[in-house]
Amino acid sequence: MSEAVNDVFRALADPSRRSLLDALFKRNGQTLGALCDGMAMTRQAVTKHLALLEDANLVAVVWRGREKLHYLNPVPIHEISERWISKYERGRLSALSDLKKALESDDD
Amino acid sequence: MTNPNEKIVPPDLVYVTFIRSTPQKVWDALTQSAFTTQFFFGRTIESDWKQGSPWRLVMEDGRTDVEGEVLESDPPRRLQVSWRVDWIEEARALAPAIVTYDIEQAGDAVKLTLTQHNPGPVPRKFVDAGKQGWAAILSSLKSLLETGQPLVIRMKPPE
Repeated sequence: MSEAVNDVFRALADPSRRSLLDALFKRNGQTLGALCDGMAMTRQAVTKHLALLEDANLVAVVWRGREKLHYLNPVPIHEISERWISKYERGRLSALSDLKKALESDDD
Repeated sequence: MTNPNEKIVPPDLVYVTFIRSTPQKVWDALTQSAFTTQFFFGRTIESDWKQGSPWRLVMEDGRTDVEGEVLESDPPRRLQVSWRVDWIEEARALAPAIVTYDIEQAGDAVKLTLTQHNPGPVPRKFVDAGKQGWAAILSSLKSLLETGQPLVIRMKPPE
């Protein structure tokens, strides 16, 4: 799991890869050629970035004959946010509770 | 009876999650109420899961959420169903979507691929709700099978 999370963050850390995800968000199921058209990157660079996004499971691929179609897969992002939002909320609640205790004990 | 358009028409949505489980457990979770009530908005699920049989998802108050036909059933590898949302009047009028679950071993995990084909244009609000819903449902399923605890899904139906 933590390795998968590392892959997701590593993939999202690069602005070119985020713009590829944006392009798929606008129009899902694009070929490599279609994705290259809208990008200021070489075909080689797009191929490399897509492979990394695929490894991180942020892009799912479907073959239609000889065409490889790329789909945005937000499930790993959802998995991370769900777990971390609830952890963050728990942490925040406990911090608030500690603060309350500290302030109230000062009044004593 | 595989959807004849499936090989020609590209899907509208492809979601993938890797679950540390077995194909049989993933299949059971998708097809049995003991699991769906925990990760699928509390819905129970009904079918004998044979090709050609009806299936439906039922809400806690007894209303049908989704209904359709089992188009392909190959436990524990592949399940394809037609998918008609019943409880929202505007959605009921749409032609049913085709939803396919593919389950495969991938190393020490199971790769679950959800593919959705819409037969025609779908209003944006339903598309967005579907995307959000599937991400939540698949994440919750993964959590349930890996930790025994589903995730709390915070989401409203489309308005």
